[in-house]
Amino acid sequence: MSNAQSLDTTHSHDHGHDDHGPAKGIKRWLYATNHKDIGTMYMVFSLAMFLTGGLMAMFIRLELLQPGIQFLDPGKFNSMTTMHALLMVFGAVMPAFVGLANWMIPLQVGAPDMALPRMNNFSFWILPFAFSLLLLTLLVPGGSPAGGWTLYPPLTLQSGDALPMAIFAVHLMGASSIMGAINVIVTIMNMRAPGMSLLKMPLFVWTWLITAYLLIAVMPVLAGAVTMLLTDHFFHTSFFSASGGGDPVMFQHIFWFFGHPEVYIMILPAFGVVSEIIPRFSRKPLFGYDAMVYATASIAFLSFIVWAHHMFTTGMPLAGEMFFMLSTMLIAIPTGVKVFNWTATMWKGSISFEPPMLFALSFLFLFTIGGFSGLMLAIVPVDFQYHDTYFVVAHFHYVLVPGAIFGIMAGVYYWLPKWTGYMYDIKLAKIHFWLSTIFVNVLFFPQHFLGLAGMPRRIPDYSTQFADWNFVSSIGGFAFGLTQLLFVYIVFTSKKTGIKATDRVWEPEPQSLEWTLPSPAPYHSFETPPVVK
Amino acid sequence: MSKTIKHALAVAAGLLLAGPALAAWDLNLKPGITELSQEAYRLHMLILWWCIGIAVVVFGAMIVSIVKFRKSAGAQPDTSLTHSTTVEVIWTVIPIVILVVMAIPAARALIKIEDTRNSQISIKITGFQWKWQYEYLEEKVSFYSTLDAASNETRMKGSGKNPADVPDYLLNVDNPMVVPVGKKVRLLVTAGDVIHAWWVPALGVKKDAIPGFVNEMWFEAKEVGTFRGQCVELCGRDHGFMPVVVEVKSEADYQAWLEAQKAKSAPPAAAPAAI
Repeated sequence: MSNAQSLDTTHSHDHGHDDHGPAKGIKRWLYATNHKDIGTMYMVFSLAMFLTGGLMAMFIRLELLQPGIQFLDPGKFNSMTTMHALLMVFGAVMPAFVGLANWMIPLQVGAPDMALPRMNNFSFWILPFAFSLLLLTLLVPGGSPAGGWTLYPPLTLQSGDALPMAIFAVHLMGASSIMGAINVIVTIMNMRAPGMSLLKMPLFVWTWLITAYLLIAVMPVLAGAVTMLLTDHFFHTSFFSASGGGDPVMFQHIFWFFGHPEVYIMILPAFGVVSEIIPRFSRKPLFGYDAMVYATASIAFLSFIVWAHHMFTTGMPLAGEMFFMLSTMLIAIPTGVKVFNWTATMWKGSISFEPPMLFALSFLFLFTIGGFSGLMLAIVPVDFQYHDTYFVVAHFHYVLVPGAIFGIMAGVYYWLPKWTGYMYDIKLAKIHFWLSTIFVNVLFFPQHFLGLAGMPRRIPDYSTQFADWNFVSSIGGFAFGLTQLLFVYIVFTSKKTGIKATDRVWEPEPQSLEWTLPSPAPYHSFETPPVVK
Repeated sequence: MSKTIKHALAVAAGLLLAGPALAAWDLNLKPGITELSQEAYRLHMLILWWCIGIAVVVFGAMIVSIVKFRKSAGAQPDTSLTHSTTVEVIWTVIPIVILVVMAIPAARALIKIEDTRNSQISIKITGFQWKWQYEYLEEKVSFYSTLDAASNETRMKGSGKNPADVPDYLLNVDNPMVVPVGKKVRLLVTAGDVIHAWWVPALGVKKDAIPGFVNEMWFEAKEVGTFRGQCVELCGRDHGFMPVVVEVKSEADYQAWLEAQKAKSAPPAAAPAAI
C-alpha cells in the first residue's frame, strides 16, 4: 500500500511534464523512457531480427532442397546455421518477450510506467549495437562464427576475427537482458495496484517474473563461459584445452547451465500469453490458477538441474546419465499440468476463434508435440540414437516456432488493438494463421523422419536417401517464410483499416486491468493506481 | 499394424510428390543389428506408443472442447469450473506412474550400454578434421578412413555431377573399419583437434570424440554386412563429409583382412603427425 502512496506523490509532482506527451521526431525514440515507446522499439527490433534470421533459414533450406552443394560453400552453410540460431534466440524471441513485458506489465499491474525508465532505454539501445557487431562478423576475414550457436570449443576457437566480436556481442546482449530483467522484477514487486496480491497477478506477469529471475541467474553464467573462451584464445589460458590441463566438456556444462534455463526463458512468457488468451476466448476463468503458478515455478526450478541432458554422448558417468535422465523426465509433470489446465479451461467453455485464440490453440497442440519428442529425447538409451540428428532439430523447432513464436504472435494479435487503437484485418490474420499452422508442420514434421532415418544436423549436403523429406521440408520452409511477410503487412497496416477498437477490444468479458484503459492506451498508463478487489 | 500405416503414408506421400523420387520415405528408426540398437529400438517404440496414447487422450479432449463448446454452437460457459483438487491430483499422479514405467526399462538398458567389460577386441578411434583413424590395439593395425573419391568429387560446389549416380553418396569411405561378427568390440574414442562424434545407427552406438579424453563404448554385431553412419558433432567446414563405415565379417574373413592389413603396414602406419 505504501508503494501506491509514494507513486501518487511522484505523480502529482511530475504532472507538469507528463502532459506534453511524446517528444517529437527521432528524440522520442533515442531518449525514450516511456514503456510503450520502448516496448514498440523492442517489438520492431525483434521483427527485424526475425526476418533477418528467417532469411538465413531460407538459405539453409535452399541448400538442403536437393542433395549436392548448389549455393553455399560448406563453411558459409555453417555460418548460416550459427547466425540463424544466434539471431533467432537473442535477437528475435528474447527481445519480443521483453517488448511484450514493457508494453503489458505496467498495464496489467496498474502502473504508470516501468520502474526504471532510463535503464529501460539503455537496455534497449544496447541491442542494435550488439547485433550490428554480430552481423558485421559476416564481413570480417574468416567469416562469421560457424561453430554452432553453442560456441563449443575447440571448434569455436578456430574462428577468425569474428570470435572477439561475437563474444563482445554476447556480453552486450547479456547486459541488456539482465537490465531488462531487473526492470521487470522491480516493476512487479513495487508498482502493483493496491489490492493486487501476488496470487492475483495475471499469469503473463507471473511467468515474466519467474523468467526475469531465470535471466538474472544465468546470463552471467553465459558471460563467464564466453569470457573463458576469450582468454583461452588471446591470453593462453587453458580452461577448455586438454593439452593445458583444461577440459572442453567443462564449457558444455557451463554453457548448458545457462542454456537450459534459457530454453525456459524463451517459453515461459509464451505460457503466460496463452494463459491470458485461452480463458478470455473460452469465456471462463483460467482453470487451476494456483497450480499454473506453481507449475511455472517448478519448471523454472527444474531447469537448473537438467542441463546435462544436452550432453549425454559426451561420456558422462552412468550415475550422471541416470540423474539427468530422471530429472529431465520430471519436467513432463509440471508441463503436463499446464497443458491439462489449458484444456480444462476450454472444457465447458464457450469458445470463439479470433486470431489470438487460433494462435493459442495452435500453440497448445504443436507445443505438446514438441513436449512428446522432448520426453523421448530424455530417455538416454534412445537419445544415443536421436542425439545431434534432425530429430533434435524437429523437437526444438516445434517448441520454439509454434511454441515461442506462435505465443508471441498470439500476444501481438491479442494486444495490438490496445496499442494502436485500431482493429487489424481479422480476415487476413486468419489466413496468416492457417498458412502458418499448415506450413510449420510441412516444414518441421518431416524432420522427425529424417532424424530417425539417421540424418545428422548441421550438414550442408546429405546422402540421397534423405532427399525426399528434405525436399518436402524445404518447400514447407519457403511457404512458411513467405507467409510471415503477411504478418508484417497485417501489423503495419493495422491502423489503415479504420476500424476503431473499443476499450475491451474483444467481446468476451475481460479479466485484467489493461482492458479498463481506452484503446489506444494513454501515454502514461495509470495516472492513479486502480484498486483491485 | 504400424507397418501398414507406414506404407500407406509413404505411398500417399510418394503420390503427392513424385519430385526427387529416390523412394526413401523412411519414417522410423530401424532396429539395427546389435543387442543395444535393438534395445534402443524397443524403447523408442515403447515411448512412442505411450506418447501416441497420451496424445489421443489430450488432443481428444482439446478437439472435443473445440467442437462441443463452441460459442457458435450455442455453448454456455460454466464459469464455476475453475479448479478441482481431485482432478488436479489425478493428472499429476498418472503422469508420474507413466514416467516410472518408462524409466525402469530405460535405466536397465542404460546400465547394459555402459558395461564395456569383457570385450574381445579393442579399437581406438580418433577423429580428425575431417577423417577417422582406426587403431586395432591388440594387432598393431592402424589406418585412416576418409570420404570416398566419387562422393568427394561430386560434393564439390558446381561439380556438375549428380549425387544420385554415386552409390552410397557421402556414406562411403576408402578404408572401412572391419570387425568380426559375434565378438564384443570395445571402442575407445578420442579426437586430435576438435570434438567429433562417432555414430553408426545400425550398431546403436554414439559417443563424442573429445581431444584429450577417451570415451568408451561397445557393440557386438549379430550379422555380417556393411553399416554406415556419419560424424554427428559439428567439427568445422567438412563436418558433413567424414562418414563412418563398418564392415562386419565372418571370423575367417576378418582374420584374412587382418593379415592383409598387417602385410600392408609392415613399416608401422603413419603417425598422426602426417595430418
